[in-house]
Amino acid sequence: MDQKVISVKGLTKRFGDFVAVDEISFDVFKGEIFGFLGANGAGKTTAMKMLTGLSKPTSGTGSVAGFEILKQAEKIKKNIGYMSQKFALYDDLTIKENAQFYGGIYGLNRRLIKLKVNQMLESLNLQDSGNKLVHSLPLGWKQRLAFSVAMLHDPPIIFLDEPTGGVDPATRRIFWEKIYAEASNGRTIFVTTHYMDEAEYCNRISMMVAGKMVALDSPKNLKLKYNAKTMNDVFVQIAR
Amino acid sequence: MKTYWAIFKKEVFHIFRDTRTLFILIGMPLAMVFIFGYAVTNEFKNSKIAILDHSKDELSGELIQHILASRHFIIERNINSTDDIDLIFRKGEIKMVVVIPPQFSEHFYSNDHSQIQFIIDGSEPNFANTLNQYATAMIRRFSLSKIGNSGSIPYSIAIEMRMMYNPELKSAYNFLPGTIAMILLLISAMMTSLTIAKEKETGTMEILLVSPVSPFILILGKIGPYAVLSFFNAVLILVMGYYVFDVPIIGSLCLLLLMCALYVLTALSLGVLISAKSDSQQSAMLTSLMTLMLPTMLLSGFIFPVSSMPLLLQYASKIIPATYFIDIIKSIMLRGTGISSIDFPVLVLIGMTLFFLMMSLVLFKSRLE
Repeated sequence: MDQKVISVKGLTKRFGDFVAVDEISFDVFKGEIFGFLGANGAGKTTAMKMLTGLSKPTSGTGSVAGFEILKQAEKIKKNIGYMSQKFALYDDLTIKENAQFYGGIYGLNRRLIKLKVNQMLESLNLQDSGNKLVHSLPLGWKQRLAFSVAMLHDPPIIFLDEPTGGVDPATRRIFWEKIYAEASNGRTIFVTTHYMDEAEYCNRISMMVAGKMVALDSPKNLKLKYNAKTMNDVFVQIAR
Repeated sequence: MKTYWAIFKKEVFHIFRDTRTLFILIGMPLAMVFIFGYAVTNEFKNSKIAILDHSKDELSGELIQHILASRHFIIERNINSTDDIDLIFRKGEIKMVVVIPPQFSEHFYSNDHSQIQFIIDGSEPNFANTLNQYATAMIRRFSLSKIGNSGSIPYSIAIEMRMMYNPELKSAYNFLPGTIAMILLLISAMMTSLTIAKEKETGTMEILLVSPVSPFILILGKIGPYAVLSFFNAVLILVMGYYVFDVPIIGSLCLLLLMCALYVLTALSLGVLISAKSDSQQSAMLTSLMTLMLPTMLLSGFIFPVSSMPLLLQYASKIIPATYFIDIIKSIMLRGTGISSIDFPVLVLIGMTLFFLMMSLVLFKSRLE
């Protein structure tokens, strides 16, 4: 648990006079489930965009998967997976076609794609549904599929942006079991969420308020520090 | 290259699984060609007219026969008094009344300046003008033939008119290039801006941008199938024009297709530019319609001739790519000119394309910063 896979120092993003992300610094270790919390508009999305190479930081440095944020954004992109809060597979493509497409844009060769897609269908128990349109799947299944597709190219780090939004508790449970399984295989999980019960599942949690990172610790320590029973109370205390 | 084909293939799936898209891509061009070809036309055949013959002599009878023989007109009825004229116009079926004065024959042969009156329904000015021109020409020809027989006027100048490049004044010669310009714009610009905006709307764009695919390859992959389809449509319209509406291709077919390809590029770059500005399909659609389709329809010379527009609109027509494209393909198809005489509009189109691409690039960059 001591190999740093994400490490940022003084990461800042300004839009004109507005400081969206204000000198945040933190490390994330291999195989960790890192919760990234904050109220809406606290700067989570902007921070995440800088980490995934979608947006250039105004100042500060950092590395993701061993590559410089400022100079090696393209290499970072090859080594991360990403799943967003919006469901982001193509409804009018079949499960297989979606998976093949993502394999294609990550530059995997045909044989590897075939192998990976079959493995994926097997692990999701969808062997017989590979040629069904994604459109016909229930939302919970779609999210699990999107998660699997995001890992088709075996990235050491995966970013999950509110992955369980709008999903029922039972499916969320299954989803988190899957996250645990991936983390125990050494994959690093960087996850944002608004569900505080999910926050309890994380190894460590960071909290952003108004662009600054105001807390970073394990859920247990945070609850002790703020003298709170649940992560919900911690969140309300900090965010207020 | 592998990533390019992955995107290209995915886009093809999108197109062929959405019946509406498919209809716009393939049905629309066909529908437009037939609508413009058959419904919207400046030619006319069998227009209904009425005759008010005060004279009823031999010559007036010959004149009426002459008018009938042209097949442009059908004499719907003969009326007997001036009072009826207003009445029949109000019914709306008859667009023109030819009034032949009393003692027509006598006046004509005595060189006593015989007159004929056309009374035309002016509520459709373009049509009225055309009617007037046709009828005037017809009367002139009639009187010339009569004078020729009697030889009573020794000096006269006969006007022999010949329309170059479109001898029969077929409107297909005008609408076909215009339709190609419209269709290519519709498919290349509107459909591509829609498909890119759709990725933004559904959130898949985010996923694609996080992936190692370069935005450049991404856009190229997405517009690829539309470029192919547009070009296919251009060929389809040309073939239909040639076989159904007898529009010739006098100049080099190669050059013509090359120019279509150039215009497809211009339209695609416009589509990319529009999608860079719009985050939803709705806004992409509105922007395309308002800034592309309408001006192209109205100002490119497709429907209204540019030379008869007010000066301000004439300038406006100069910033519309279709104006140049229509100019180019008319030159090649109808006048058979080579590249040397269309170098200016070609350069303008190339310049516009580069400008639009630069603009999209700048917009895209600024979004990333």
